Amino acid sequence: MSIFKKIFGRKSSKPKVVEIEKEEVTVEDKKIIVEEKEIKNKTMSEKIKFTIDGKECLAERGQNVLDAALDNGIYIPYLCHVRGVKQAGSCRVCNVKVAGRTMTACTTPVAPGMEVENNTAELRELRLTIIEALFVEGNHFCPSCEKSGNCELQALAYHYQMMVPRFPYAFPQKKVEADNSKILIDRNRCVLCKRCIRSFKDENGKSYFAFTKRGHKLEISMDKEIAANLTDEKAQEIMDTCPVGALIKKEKGFDEPIGSRKFDKQAIGSDIKSVV
Amino acid sequence: MSKAIVATTSLAGCFGCHMSLLDIDERILKLIELVEFNKSPIDDIKTFTKQCDVGLIEGGCCNSENVHVLKEFRKNCKILISVGECAIMGGLPAMRNNIPVEECIQEAYLDGPTVGNNTDKILPNDDELPMILDKVYPCHEIVKIDYHLPGCPPRADLLWEALVALLTGNELKLPYEVVKFD
Repeated sequence: MSIFKKIFGRKSSKPKVVEIEKEEVTVEDKKIIVEEKEIKNKTMSEKIKFTIDGKECLAERGQNVLDAALDNGIYIPYLCHVRGVKQAGSCRVCNVKVAGRTMTACTTPVAPGMEVENNTAELRELRLTIIEALFVEGNHFCPSCEKSGNCELQALAYHYQMMVPRFPYAFPQKKVEADNSKILIDRNRCVLCKRCIRSFKDENGKSYFAFTKRGHKLEISMDKEIAANLTDEKAQEIMDTCPVGALIKKEKGFDEPIGSRKFDKQAIGSDIKSVV
Repeated sequence: MSKAIVATTSLAGCFGCHMSLLDIDERILKLIELVEFNKSPIDDIKTFTKQCDVGLIEGGCCNSENVHVLKEFRKNCKILISVGECAIMGGLPAMRNNIPVEECIQEAYLDGPTVGNNTDKILPNDDELPMILDKVYPCHEIVKIDYHLPGCPPRADLLWEALVALLTGNELKLPYEVVKFD
């Protein structure tokens, strides 16, 4: 490059000047870019400080409040959230209060100096209200459900020692779909959290599940072709991902005795509190 | 101190909650020191003979007789407690709530696989028989219920702790394990 410049530069003085100027500018530009990158890297590795109920917490830049809280050993109750999966904010159980406004922790990114209210009487009441509403909106017959004891909705009710929902039971008409060979879809128990829709995608990024119908008729449906070709492992994974008993692996149910199921003795979120 | 008077009943239930009450084991001797039973399947008193302090209701309301008994309990008991999932939300009987009554009766008396010799296609239709309700109702949607003890059945410890707290006026602090829905 320098040889060419010298040769061409000798022929005419005008291009020479231009060339030199350009070269100098690009070097400067590069320096600035490198410096910017260094600053960016520094800030990326530096964590943001914020507080939950007055307790100092650290979060990655861009991290949502719910994940950050869990990383700091603070439990914020949630139902629809799955770590690493795009948030939906659909269940509203993880409601927290920031600057006097309630917002879902899973969809709110942490900002520096943010003061989050979590375990307050008001928020506990709000969350319990939502859980109670979920219980009366569906047909949740816990004693006859295969997921009982491992159900996150039930576990949240236990967490708040819900004795009875304060709302009248709706007993809505829902359909059970049992024609898939591996998965039973019981819409009576579905809380429309979208966990299955967001979590399970094929190699082209298409969801296994989708919402069909609208309004109060909204329900989950599964792709028939995918459902027909499910492996046992995938079916189990789907059942475990569903927070309630809406997606049940067939030919399985009730294989864990009462007393040794997930939430029989241990409250939901109690493992997170011990992380601290 | 005079003994508190307790009445119990099973509406659309399976008597599992009553069995769970007996599951308090040797504490039943203490219970007898604390309370006197009135109308209850435990002592087989069929009608109220006096005003009661506490009424324990097992099961929801699936027919007119259940509603009648429940209203009698409300009249005769100072405090009513819904005991178990059926009393609280209808429980397993309420699984018929999404099926029209006509279909339920059709299946039970005409088309069901266990219907043997109902060749005359007789449906229960006698004034003596209670009428089936359009759906199974939780007790608190029929009368005012003061307390609810969930479980299927409620753990014996839950029943015991709740009754003792109520009768002694102490604060009820329940451990995590006793409040369960199954």
